[in-house]
Amino acid sequence: MDVGTLAFSALYQFGDAFAFLVLSACGLAVIFGMMGVINLAHGEFIMCGAYVTVSAAHAGVPLPLAILLGAVVSGLVGAVVEIVVIRHLYDRPLDTIVATWGLSLIGTQGTLILLGSTMAGVGTPFGSFPVGGYSYSVYRLVLFAMAVAVLGGLYALFNWTRFGVMARATIQVPHMAAALGVDTRLVYSLTFALGAGLAGLAGGLYAPTMTLVPTMGTTFIMEAFVTVVVGGADVFLGTAPAAALLAVVKATMTSWYGQLFGQIGLLVAVIIVIRVLPRGISGLLLRERA
Amino acid sequence: MTGKTMRGLRAAALTGTLLLSVAQGFTPAFAADPIKLGVLEDQSGDFAAATIGKVHAIQLAAEEINKAGGIDGRPLELVIYDTQSDNTRYQEFMRRVLQRDKVDAVFAGFSSASREAYRPIVNQFDGFAFYNNQYEGGVCDANMVVTGAVPEQQFSTLIPWMMEKYGKKVYTLAADYNFGQISAEWVRNIVKEHGGEMVGEDFIPLGVSQFSQNIQNIQKAKPDFVVTLLVGTAQASYYEQAAAASVNLPMASSVNVGQGYEHKRFKPPSLKDMYVTTNYIEEVDTPESKAFVAKFKAKFPNEPYVNQEAENSYLAVYLYKQMVERAKSTKREDIRKVIAQGDVCMDAPEGKVCIDPKSQHMSHTIYLAKVEADHSITFPKVWADIKPYWLGEAGCDLTKSDPSAQYTPSNPPPKP
Repeated sequence: MDVGTLAFSALYQFGDAFAFLVLSACGLAVIFGMMGVINLAHGEFIMCGAYVTVSAAHAGVPLPLAILLGAVVSGLVGAVVEIVVIRHLYDRPLDTIVATWGLSLIGTQGTLILLGSTMAGVGTPFGSFPVGGYSYSVYRLVLFAMAVAVLGGLYALFNWTRFGVMARATIQVPHMAAALGVDTRLVYSLTFALGAGLAGLAGGLYAPTMTLVPTMGTTFIMEAFVTVVVGGADVFLGTAPAAALLAVVKATMTSWYGQLFGQIGLLVAVIIVIRVLPRGISGLLLRERA
Repeated sequence: MTGKTMRGLRAAALTGTLLLSVAQGFTPAFAADPIKLGVLEDQSGDFAAATIGKVHAIQLAAEEINKAGGIDGRPLELVIYDTQSDNTRYQEFMRRVLQRDKVDAVFAGFSSASREAYRPIVNQFDGFAFYNNQYEGGVCDANMVVTGAVPEQQFSTLIPWMMEKYGKKVYTLAADYNFGQISAEWVRNIVKEHGGEMVGEDFIPLGVSQFSQNIQNIQKAKPDFVVTLLVGTAQASYYEQAAAASVNLPMASSVNVGQGYEHKRFKPPSLKDMYVTTNYIEEVDTPESKAFVAKFKAKFPNEPYVNQEAENSYLAVYLYKQMVERAKSTKREDIRKVIAQGDVCMDAPEGKVCIDPKSQHMSHTIYLAKVEADHSITFPKVWADIKPYWLGEAGCDLTKSDPSAQYTPSNPPPKP
C-alpha cells in the first residue's frame, strides 16, 4: 500500500470520527454551554430527528429536505419541552437532570409503544468511490462537510447575528440583559430549541446509515457527553478542538487494536483531561486568552 | 427444627387451609388450578425488535392450548415481565417468578449474557427454565431446556457450504461478548478443519454503531466471505454502512435475518448475498409454516415478522404441554424422566423436532436462507433433522450427572 492511500485512509477515518463526535455533541454543547442545563434527553432528540427524517423520506420528500424537516421538528419539540418543563427548573440544575432523564425514558418507551420496535431504513445515498484498493462511502464525506458547516454556522450565528449577541448577553449577565430590554425567557427558549434542533439534525444526517429503533439515541450519547466534558462550556473553543483530539485518539486506537480499544481510548482521554483540565479544553483556552 | 420455625409452619399451614377454604367457597371448580409459566423476554431496549415476537408466540400457543382444554385439564397461565434488554432485570425477575409467583417453568432470555446472568438463580432455587433461542452452545445444565439451534447445527452446515461456493478465506465480525467470542471460536475451528484460512477477526462491543474502520480492515484482508455475528439493533448498522462503502462480499451468519429480520428493515440491496442458517423464518415455504404464520398474523396483525425465536418459543410451549401430560406432573424431575426416554418430539412449523436427553437441546431442520438483491429470501439448501450432537459427544450426559456448566470447544467437559 502506498503512502498516499495510507494517508487518505487515516484522514478518512479521522474525518469520520470527527463528524460523529461533532454532530452528536454540538446540540448538547449548546444547551450545556449556553444554559448550564445537562440534557439527558439529548439522545431522544437525535432519535426524533432520525424518525422524522425517515418518515418524511418514505412519504416522498427528498432526503436533504427530510433531514432539514427532522431538525426543525426536533427544534419545535425542544421549544415545547423548554416551555413546559425546563423553564421552571433553571434554578435547580440537579432537578433538570432528573427531569430530562425522565423525558428520555418517556421518549424511548413512547416511541416503542406508538411506532413499534423498528422502522424500515431509507438507504445511504451517493454510493462509493475507490482509493487505492479500498472503497469508501461518499456519504461519509458529506457527514464530515456537514460537521464543519455546523461549526461554521454556529460561529456565525453567535458572533454575527442579533440573536447571537442577545444570547451571549443573556448567558453572561442575565439580569443586565433583561434590564436592557432583552426578552431572556425567549432567548432561553430559542437556545434550547436550537440545541434540540442540532440534535435532530445529527439524527437526520445519520438516519440513512443506521438502524432505526427507539433506542438509537443511546449510541450517540457516550460520544456526545465525552466530547462536551472534554471540551468544556464553550461551543467553539471547546467542542471543536475536543472532537478533533478525541477523533485522533479514537481513530488511532480503533485502527490499531479494534473498536473496544477505541472506546477505552475515549474514556481514558476524558479521565486525563478532567484530571488535568477540570474546566475542559475551552477552560484552558479562555484562561490563556484572558 | 426449632420451635420458632415450627410455629411459623403451623401458622403457614393454618393460613393456607383458610385461604383454600375461602377459595373453594367462591370457586367450586378449583380442582384444576392453573399451570403457571413465567415469561421473561425483552419487550423494550436494544433487543426488543427480535424478542417481542417471542412473547406473542407464547401468548398464541397458550391461547390455543387453553381453548383446547389446557394442559391435562389445567389452564395455562402466563406471568409476563419485560426484562428491558438488561441483565440485572433478568436476575430480578427470575427471583420474582421463582420465589413470589412460584411458576412451574420459566421461558427466558435472548442474549447469552442474560442467560448466564439468570442461570445461577435458576440453579439456586432449583427452577426449570427454557431458553428458546439460538446461541453459542455448550450449556450442560439439568435445570435448562434449550429449544434454539446451536453451532454444530448452524455452523457445521453453513461454513463448509460457503467455503465450497465462495472460497476458503474467511473474515469474522462478531459481537464482543460470550455469544460472539464462542461462536467465532466455532467458525475458526470449522474453517481450519476444512482447510481454509481466517484472514481476520474483529470483535465489536455491544451498542457500537459506527463501522468505518472495520469496513476498511475487511477490505484490506480481502476475504472470500464475511461471517457476521453482530447482535442488537445498534450493530445492525454495519450492513448499511458496508453496502454504502461497496464492500460487496457475500456474508454468512447464524443470527441475522432469522432474529432481527434485517432484510425487512434495511433498504435493498444492503443485505444482498447474506446466507443464514436458521431453523425457521416466516418465508419457509411449507404448509405447516404457512398455517403458523397465518395464525400468528391473525392474532397479531401488526407483527412485523415471525422469526426463528418466535417459532422456538411457540413450539416450546407445546413441548412443555406434552412433557407435563406424559409425566402427569409439573415437577422437574418427573419431566426429566420423560425427556430421558428420548422420544419427546413434535411436528413444529419448521418440521419434526426432538429433545436430546443427554444435553436437553433440540434437533432441528436447518434452512439455508439466502437474501437476494431485492431482499427476497430463497432457500438453496435444507438439512433435515440436524442433531445437537456436540455436547453429548464431548461428554455431557444430563441423564447421569448435572454439572450446570457451559462448555466450549476449547473448554470441553472434563473426561470421566
